[in-house]
Amino acid sequence: MSEYRTVFGSLSQYEKGGVEVIDDNPKYYVFSNVFEVASKSKPYEKICVGKNLKYVIEAVRAEGNSPWFSASHDEAALCMDGEIEVHFVKPEQPPVPETKEGSVKLTGEPQGQKMGWVKVRRGHMALLPKGSAYQFRSPKPGVLLIQTIQGENTVERWADICQTK
Amino acid sequence: MSAVTSNIEAPAIGRDLGYKPFTIGKFRFERDEYFAHIFYPMGRHLVPIDAFLRALMRDVAWGFFYGTVNFDPVLGTVNHYGTVDLFMGLCNPGYREANRAYVETFDTKEIKATFEGMLDDWTNEGFDPFAAPDETGKPYGAKHGNNSKAVQRQRVVAKRMVGLPSDTGYRTDSNGYPVNRQFVDVPQDQPEVHAEPGFESEVHAFNLFGYLSRSDVTWNPSVCSVVKDSLMCPTTEENILPIFHGNDRVEWFIQACDEIIWEIEDGSSGKPRAKVIMKAGDVAAMPADIRHKGFSPKRSMLLVWENNDVSLPDRYRRGELKPYPAEF
Repeated sequence: MSEYRTVFGSLSQYEKGGVEVIDDNPKYYVFSNVFEVASKSKPYEKICVGKNLKYVIEAVRAEGNSPWFSASHDEAALCMDGEIEVHFVKPEQPPVPETKEGSVKLTGEPQGQKMGWVKVRRGHMALLPKGSAYQFRSPKPGVLLIQTIQGENTVERWADICQTK
Repeated sequence: MSAVTSNIEAPAIGRDLGYKPFTIGKFRFERDEYFAHIFYPMGRHLVPIDAFLRALMRDVAWGFFYGTVNFDPVLGTVNHYGTVDLFMGLCNPGYREANRAYVETFDTKEIKATFEGMLDDWTNEGFDPFAAPDETGKPYGAKHGNNSKAVQRQRVVAKRMVGLPSDTGYRTDSNGYPVNRQFVDVPQDQPEVHAEPGFESEVHAFNLFGYLSRSDVTWNPSVCSVVKDSLMCPTTEENILPIFHGNDRVEWFIQACDEIIWEIEDGSSGKPRAKVIMKAGDVAAMPADIRHKGFSPKRSMLLVWENNDVSLPDRYRRGELKPYPAEF
């Protein structure tokens, strides 16, 4: 009986596929790899690897403590590599107006009630609840994928991260 | 247009094997030991019954999905979100150029009822059209029993995130979701969650990959996290996607583990455009004007990411939006 081995990627080991063009433009597939992107990013840069109009998927290199962020809507964080804590505070005043979309970087430490924290490893998904302030803490490098809406901190550099030919 | 199921007429294939024939509009569906026979005003089309039931299962479970579900190069449906086109040859240039394409439009409820009835009646005991071929029995022969439990599975649709109070629950051994034979090495550890009193419904995390390793179906994207119209729909894939999915909007894939090879064709002409090879950590868009079929040699995890905005199909059709998501 054969044994199956599930192959995951990591910052230290990943293998990238690609687009084999028959009659098309490879740019249309906006093809990248989250581990490659995170390996070339600064800590907590929010690099857009997926964009569907205003909605985005951001690849984030988690390393050290992040700034505090907040959004007026839910977000989701999926850990693809590493071991990362997410700490939550309920700010005394909503830090982001309801009309503003995307995550906002807060100045300094938010004042408010501690909500708790989670520690996630590869494959774990955490809710980043609307109206909360949250901070990532990762002593070693890790990778997060953030499901969110394009905001002022979302970085688009498609030509650098995507297959172009 | 009315949906009619009938077992009064003698089956046109001439032998009564115990299966009901189904009629909707001018389409008539019959099955025998090996094939689904589709009769329509311009002819008759055959689809191998295993392929037909696997495609029908997805079409029913997905509510006709986003855009076009091609059962094969001839037969398919187009979702107009309230009505559904049932077609022969619409996405096949040979049929179109020879004026052999045929389309009828039905109210979604009517065609859904017809398809659900057909799926239930034509699926024999021991065959699960949602399972990988290596995990299930054969669909052939005269009618013997049924597998209603398998074909009536409800697709998971989280309102906010899997595992939250009042949202869709976890998969465990005790509720009938053991770890799949090809995912026994996937860690089942849970994240540490330390919620202060009063914040138990907001401080939340769960093991998504563990959850996926326990999926009992293949090629069935299910909503696991929601950000307004942004739906993360992870799925486990093994063998071949039983349909060619024709997009009516941009769709994104994130490969969580292992490998899937996608065949990409032009959505209208079927002309081959590309192959996309996706390995763990790869991200790729599926443009709004293509159709795709995936091949997953080992069971793998795919995060399908959708924009559920109802205005999108019209905006792409009008040319207001380009079929690809980014320019660089």
